[in-house]
Amino acid sequence: MATANGHVAEKGTWGLKTGLARMLKGGVIMDVVTADQAKVAEQAGAVAVMALERVPADIRAQGGVARMSDPELIIKIKESVTIPVMAKARIGHFVEAQLLQVLGVDYIDESEVLTPADEEHHIDKHAFSIPFVCGARDLGEALRRIGEGAAMIRTKGEAGTGNIVEAVRHMRAMMNAIRQLKGLQPEQLMAFARDLGAPYELVRQVHETGNLPVVNFAAGGVATPADAALMMQLGAEGVFVGSGIFKSSDPARFARAIVQATTHYQDPARVAEASRGLGEPMRGLEISTLPHAELLAARGN
Amino acid sequence: MSEVRPLRIGVLALQGGVVEHIAMLRQLGAEPVEVRLPEHLEGLDGIILPGGESTTIGKLMVEFGLLDPLRSRLQAGMPAYGTCAGMILLANDLGASKQPELGVMDIRVRRNAFGSQLDSFEQDLEVAGLDGPMFHAVFIRAPIIERLGGGVEPLALLENGTPVAARQGRLLVSAFHPELGDDPRIHQLFLEMCAATVAA
Repeated sequence: MATANGHVAEKGTWGLKTGLARMLKGGVIMDVVTADQAKVAEQAGAVAVMALERVPADIRAQGGVARMSDPELIIKIKESVTIPVMAKARIGHFVEAQLLQVLGVDYIDESEVLTPADEEHHIDKHAFSIPFVCGARDLGEALRRIGEGAAMIRTKGEAGTGNIVEAVRHMRAMMNAIRQLKGLQPEQLMAFARDLGAPYELVRQVHETGNLPVVNFAAGGVATPADAALMMQLGAEGVFVGSGIFKSSDPARFARAIVQATTHYQDPARVAEASRGLGEPMRGLEISTLPHAELLAARGN
Repeated sequence: MSEVRPLRIGVLALQGGVVEHIAMLRQLGAEPVEVRLPEHLEGLDGIILPGGESTTIGKLMVEFGLLDPLRSRLQAGMPAYGTCAGMILLANDLGASKQPELGVMDIRVRRNAFGSQLDSFEQDLEVAGLDGPMFHAVFIRAPIIERLGGGVEPLALLENGTPVAARQGRLLVSAFHPELGDDPRIHQLFLEMCAATVAA
């Protein structure tokens, strides 16, 4: 028979922050702007929703300063689903993050999709009990964010374009650097850390384990089931879909199909089946035609 | 057991903390098998249902035709260990929560019983049947057991008496995640249950 005990519970630990991300692996996290969309996402099998006021495609189209969502919207979305709810804070805007923590969301995305509040510094994420996910374009950027306390990493890609090319570039850069680092001699690690601009201790850890110390998802341009499977085959452990679902012609079906493709990413027959007769994906943008000032991935480094 | 052949233990691999269970099984000398489709159930000596999102995993089990065949195998006596979401999937009573379930274990489980991620916690627990020190248990948006049916033995309780691990015959559940730590004792206990089933 079990016996009760009086040991004190610890909260907000690194293990709990990274642990929640581990439980999201193999899943799809979907951007939603209303409680109804959140329900569609949950019904389709999303592992979490990202509550925001405008999906990246609309932020891009409408311009202006993009900020943290109205708490009212976040609360409504929280009340409408049982899966975890994430929300975005601007890069460096630690007060937005404080508010999101008070609102009791499950994860904060310190996101380049919103207009940065600080062009020099990111949020000191160790100071929070709530876990953070951050975008990265390469291993150095990922390890800098982890050094600041990010408990989950995602590629930046190029949000709101429906174009996977940047997410592929970022995932390949990250995986190539990890493979290269794994093969180095111990005496090469400090120079590698210097060139990467990353904390030595984390560089050493990746060298030893051959993996990032936190979960790594794909984000920024996923629009089809095949895009999701592509990112998974390149090494992503799960997928964020922003505009790709609710900018498609049939969001519920697209959502379900992307969930299925993420689970069966190694099984082309099932990804093909999931892709059948889905209708129009979001239209998408050719990134090389975008002015440099409109590239979201360049925000924060 | 291992002098004959390693135990073949499935890990339901639709979504969630799959690789952690696989690593733990390998460390203990078992042969892990990722289960995504009904045919992957063949030849298993036991199965682990990992943590993750129970609503997502449940839907994918329905969509890929796993729910009924897995339920049949469990009813026929295949041992199973469910952690967190896996415990939810095994329970036969989820209260008001409507989602696909295997429903083979006589417990009522409340999902996400502590609140948001800010209420996730780690704590040392006394776990019945384990030798040595207390078990360091990691609870992430965890469920609890609200009612234990006849024949269900609670294995670990919070200080307020809430059961957070239990066993009913060949079914083992925990609301917490041993696979996230490096203490293999609960997985070892499960493998002993599987070995006893193979021997019987």
